[in-house]
Amino acid sequence: MTLDRSYQAVMARRNEIMKRALGIDYTEFERSPLAFDYEGMMAKAGYTLEEVRKIQGETGVGNTPLLELKNVTALARKLAPSGKGARIFIKDEAANPSGSFKDRRASVSVYHAKKMGYPGVIAATSGNYGAAVASQAAMRGLKCIVVQEVFDSRGVGQPEIVEKGRKCEAYGAEVVQLSVGPELFYVFLLLLEETGFLNASLYTPFGIAGVETLGYELAEQVRELTGRDPAAVVVTHAGGGNVTGTARGLRKAGCVDARVIGVSVDLSGLHMASDGDFNRKSFTTGHTGFGVPFSTWPDRADVPRNAARPLRYLDRYVTVTQGEVFYVTEMLAQLEGLERGPAGNTSLAAAFAIAQELDEDQVVVVQETEYTGAGKHPTAQLTFARDNGIEVRRGDPRENVPGKRIVIPAHPGQLGVVDVDLDQLRRSYLRNAITNTGVREVSREDIAFLAEDCRASREFVREQLAELGVKLPDQG
Amino acid sequence: MQEGKAGDWVQIRSIVLPPGQRAPQVPDDTQAVPLFMLVKGFLQHAARIGEEATITTVIGRRVTGELVAVNPTYDHDYGRPVPELLSIGPELRRMLWGEEAAE
Ligand SMILES: Cc1ncc(COP(=O)(O)O)c(C=O)c1O
Repeated sequence: MTLDRSYQAVMARRNEIMKRALGIDYTEFERSPLAFDYEGMMAKAGYTLEEVRKIQGETGVGNTPLLELKNVTALARKLAPSGKGARIFIKDEAANPSGSFKDRRASVSVYHAKKMGYPGVIAATSGNYGAAVASQAAMRGLKCIVVQEVFDSRGVGQPEIVEKGRKCEAYGAEVVQLSVGPELFYVFLLLLEETGFLNASLYTPFGIAGVETLGYELAEQVRELTGRDPAAVVVTHAGGGNVTGTARGLRKAGCVDARVIGVSVDLSGLHMASDGDFNRKSFTTGHTGFGVPFSTWPDRADVPRNAARPLRYLDRYVTVTQGEVFYVTEMLAQLEGLERGPAGNTSLAAAFAIAQELDEDQVVVVQETEYTGAGKHPTAQLTFARDNGIEVRRGDPRENVPGKRIVIPAHPGQLGVVDVDLDQLRRSYLRNAITNTGVREVSREDIAFLAEDCRASREFVREQLAELGVKLPDQG
Repeated sequence: MQEGKAGDWVQIRSIVLPPGQRAPQVPDDTQAVPLFMLVKGFLQHAARIGEEATITTVIGRRVTGELVAVNPTYDHDYGRPVPELLSIGPELRRMLWGEEAAE
């Protein structure tokens, strides 16, 4: 029997294909068209923190150093009001085998694939995650395919993504490279069907459980080095797994007072599926093009229920500009002797400003770094920007215009953060929940679920749903 | 190189979706261009650039498409020096440790 490989036919088979490729039956966690048992899913389909630590220990993942950025802290204190300027620490996740925190995420999926007897793993990702899956698969002797969105229609590739493709190939993975478009998912489904490999999705309970060790370790390390808990943990945010896993790990370490602050590079105005906009951005992850949509509707990923649910965990969400991130990348290299990739330094740009809001005896943690290399480097990315008609200059970062102008700050005192209104995101989340499920009437359980899922009060949820014309149950 | 022989490391290209048959949600500029795919592997038979070719990938998959490169090279690099970045190090050292530190 040959299956129909047309776009429509394959998309119509997506649920079947996914069920086999994920090895998780999500239906057992469903409670209603709106609600599902999130913690039940995390407990049943994932692994415990202890198991994850053991799995990661087998392949050299985790236990990365926590480094104090003494010179960067001293600089922040020169700019801060007297008594302000928290100690800044950075978790050097670039020390993981493939050079980013994504190894934590890949380690559990690849372990699981091996245990369940899958012949290989596939991941759809243009980011560091591809290299992480490829590296873990190499260690466990599994085949690996990485599907990337790389080119615009002229065939011009984003240098950062081209480099990540090279790294996947270095670990023995097959890399399938595509031009811009969400139909990548169609190619991904075809490959899953053809190979019978496990979908090593970024968004399964395995992936998120893998990141919990990052939050857990950093809490332990900060306590050991400073004798206190961090006041803030600053997290580069895109699809939401980094925020979710880190925050869950902090909670498991009993580190409940640390504020979890998500940070994305502001790419507002650029369309993520636009051929013309594709090479007008100088960051391919950690930006608002993922950070906002994935916060306001997590269930847009390649799994029926996304285990990354950032609104549950964000205490604050801020943006920074591309120029500010390139600036702190230079700062980190020149003042601390740490040459690291720009995308991972997104949270450092914010932490530099946030440290100045906090007291000197407090601690702020930048929870990751990533490796750097050809293509994935400020000079490569700024050269590419210039060649694509983007203006690059020194000045006030507030003059930054995504896709048109990158402004490298003229002075470190100009670095700042712009707060995203979380209530606004909660309202979008609720609107998406209603629109995407088509639900017109909700139960009390639905309201409790929605309140938890966007971390709002039940009153807030009731009010928003009423505005959307949804029929509500009686109070009580 | 215009021609590959069996066993050469090559790259092939194929159209996944032609213009007009893209997913409905993509913006107009994307709708107007094809979705294409590039894959690398070992050539199964002699072929010229532009001809149809079958490859075996590193994990043993067989894929067919138009031959676009023999020995495809990585062309990403560190780019050109960026003057806007070059001055940042000395500026910051001066702020922290004074004039001598920056010289
Ligand atoms: C270095 C780095 N930092 C942060 C992120 C963001 O993580 P998430 O997508 O889980 O929010 C990514 C993922 O693309 C990444 O590669």
